Amino acid sequence: MHATRTPTQTGPVLRACGLRMDYGSGTGLVRAVDGVDLEVARGETVAVMGPSGCGKSTLLHLLGALERPSTGELWLAGRRIDQWSEKALARLRRSAIGFVFQAFHLLDELTAAENVELPALLAGRSPRSARLRASELLEQVGLADRATFLPSALSGGQRQRVAIARALSNDPEVVLADEPTGNLDSAATLEVLRLLDSLHSSGQTLVIVTHDERVAATADRLITMRDGSFVEETRLTHGTSARLVDLAGFEG
Amino acid sequence: MPEPVQLSVEAPFQGYQLQVVQEVLLALLAREASYGYQLRAQLQLALGPLAEALNAGHVYVTLGRLEKAGLVRSERVGQADRPDRKVYELTAAGRQRVADWLEDTSWPKPAPAEFHLKLVAAAAAGLADPVRIVDAQRHALLAGLAAAQRAALAETAGSVAGLLLEGVVLRLQADLRWLEACASYWASTKGR
Repeated sequence: MHATRTPTQTGPVLRACGLRMDYGSGTGLVRAVDGVDLEVARGETVAVMGPSGCGKSTLLHLLGALERPSTGELWLAGRRIDQWSEKALARLRRSAIGFVFQAFHLLDELTAAENVELPALLAGRSPRSARLRASELLEQVGLADRATFLPSALSGGQRQRVAIARALSNDPEVVLADEPTGNLDSAATLEVLRLLDSLHSSGQTLVIVTHDERVAATADRLITMRDGSFVEETRLTHGTSARLVDLAGFEG
Repeated sequence: MPEPVQLSVEAPFQGYQLQVVQEVLLALLAREASYGYQLRAQLQLALGPLAEALNAGHVYVTLGRLEKAGLVRSERVGQADRPDRKVYELTAAGRQRVADWLEDTSWPKPAPAEFHLKLVAAAAAGLADPVRIVDAQRHALLAGLAAAQRAALAETAGSVAGLLLEGVVLRLQADLRWLEACASYWASTKGR
């Protein structure tokens, strides 16, 4: 699906150095993100876990240039962007970053297809090419037959799949997901995991902030965050089949 | 009980057993008589990718034991072009065993007390940081979760074996949440 993308550089897609985010001041100062260094390679899936209030959502906002860090550097596809103007950042977010949120954030008045078309239209593509791209993406997330449905007529898992399709609209350098399964039951979680897994296989770069160990287990790398900092980083190995039968209750 | 540090990738995937296979075979025979090959196929469907772990001969050996114990009886039935096959049916004693099994509510025990005491003891002795122990355990469980998740994603939606894998996933998830609580507690006791 990303056959048209030509890698512009070989370094990390996303790079943060000494990222810090303070809210308030004086005695009311809260350091939500406290000196984070991160490099995400092309095609990598990184999960960030941690207790509520550890700063992981703020971090995702910083990585997506939705908020400007108090200090530190942010690089996307080889370009340092933390000093860019608001206008330039808005343009960059539309074209190079895909966002997926816990609450889906679909526009209720628009059909699934129209929701997915929107980012392409905003990025200046022709209505025709936006429509083509949307139907391609809905096909990819297995919802071609729901293209004309309003979000209210879709299940939670389907809404999140539409939201993921929307995030892919402009072939983003990176997709940033904030608790993508936070509002979903177990079966719908599996639907979304299946999709994230296939994105991963197709080479999409993903950063996922999550509470859900199932989501984290599909990542290449898992980062644990506490009190605004990374306290641990694990490269996930995929356990053996023998371990699995053990866990299922077989006896050796 | 020390957890095996890491099962090697070459660890044999076959030759495992399930304690309940006896009861399962009896239950599968409760409605109608059947034969080994068919019973094995039913087990394989229910276990999906995990079925490989069972010895190929396990079902046949178990049927032999059940017959000796008087829970099933068998009859040889001739087949055209093929060797005879043994058709098994349930005896009254076997039927009773199935009924007892279905009513039984015992549950495989998770063992939080063991791990909890390990952390308490490690902290008391000052030998190891409980938070490190929790982290190591978390990695081991996450590797298991990743394996189960991968297997679950490989199942088609609605597969019965997928339900088994979901059970593995959800239990690990519960254990991981408890480990998170352990990590928070022991991290907060530092410097006290």
